[in-house]
Amino acid sequence: MTRQKVLVLYLANSALDAPTIAWAVYDGTGEKLHMAGDSEEVPYATGLAALKDGWRLFQASQLNPHARGEEFDIAYLKYEFWFEQLVEVTP
Amino acid sequence: MSQAPHLLSSAQMARFVARGFLRFDAVVPDDINAQFMAEAGEVAEPKPGERLMKTYGQALAANAIPEVSAGTPLSQTYPEGSAISRLLDLPLVRGALQSLLGDDPVFDHHFLHITFPPAYHAASGGESVSQHTHQDSTIDPRQAFDVQVMYYPHKVTRPMGGTRFIPGTHLRKVSEVALGRYQNIRGQQHMVCEAGTLLFLHHGIWHGGGVNLSDRTRYMFKIRMHASGSQVRRWDVEPIEPRAPQRPIFYVKTPSDPESVAAILMTPEPWFEQDTGRLEFVNRVKLWRYLSGDPSFDADYWMTRLEAEGAPA
Repeated sequence: MTRQKVLVLYLANSALDAPTIAWAVYDGTGEKLHMAGDSEEVPYATGLAALKDGWRLFQASQLNPHARGEEFDIAYLKYEFWFEQLVEVTP
Repeated sequence: MSQAPHLLSSAQMARFVARGFLRFDAVVPDDINAQFMAEAGEVAEPKPGERLMKTYGQALAANAIPEVSAGTPLSQTYPEGSAISRLLDLPLVRGALQSLLGDDPVFDHHFLHITFPPAYHAASGGESVSQHTHQDSTIDPRQAFDVQVMYYPHKVTRPMGGTRFIPGTHLRKVSEVALGRYQNIRGQQHMVCEAGTLLFLHHGIWHGGGVNLSDRTRYMFKIRMHASGSQVRRWDVEPIEPRAPQRPIFYVKTPSDPESVAAILMTPEPWFEQDTGRLEFVNRVKLWRYLSGDPSFDADYWMTRLEAEGAPA
């Protein structure tokens, strides 16, 4: 049977080859429990580097226009890319 | 009689505006740290099958730290002679709070954060995990800011976890733990420190408790407070007079003074996005205008450019 591993990369702009600024990993195989603050080294320098290592991109954040009057409001990280790997596991 | 407060410098205030925190290592004397640990009390040994929250609740109920109503003047919050009263009376603490909040800050809430070693989680059937990164309270669109003082009464090693925080995130308007999916962010810091270390935080800074994988229970005491009056020019303002002229930008041959307000405000964080990093600079300038009471202050021309109006037709 297969299980999903998910990698979320936050990049410095909307290009997939932009530098990684934040990241998260969720391992559906249960092999490793990833959590907040557990790593200081970026897993991939860019999104493109993750593609080259076999991760499949399945979602990218949209580019939205800036509402008038709210142009300088900043909130969540803008450039979010979701990747997956499907991993065979032994029942 | 108390010593005069040690007011913050303009460079320290600019760092707080830019990064959302000021850290002072091992500044609380050992006798206050020991007194606080005695007042905080011991946590019972882990018991198989007992819920961790029950153990936590018992520890909070038994300690000598008072329960205090929100809105109490900070000066009336802690009994005279108690560890926290003595801590708040330190010239460094009084000076930092006066610089950031002005006279007579008001108590919001406090909490004794206890982070348990793995044996407690194992006994209660849980897992040792870190706290999701979050911003305290709720969406807060104010320019004014509250201060959270985090007090580390004993040495914290890296295996003990420590508070994790991300410098420079405090000006982002987010909704508490909505950002919990960000596990790691470039530039994040972990509070590994000596006993008696203090962290003064802007209320908006993103943070979370680190997982404790050691065999020692970790304590951190947090106090949130807000201003009761003006926050304008409450620090040692003399060095910012007169205001420095604009410095050259982009095409720069001569490095500027790294201790100048402009240089500090315009220093990026490792996690900055390439476009919104510029919005961070704009928002830092706006916060410096608020604190300095100078509505025309600018650094590196970000606001001047945006506010330029052509001559009337």
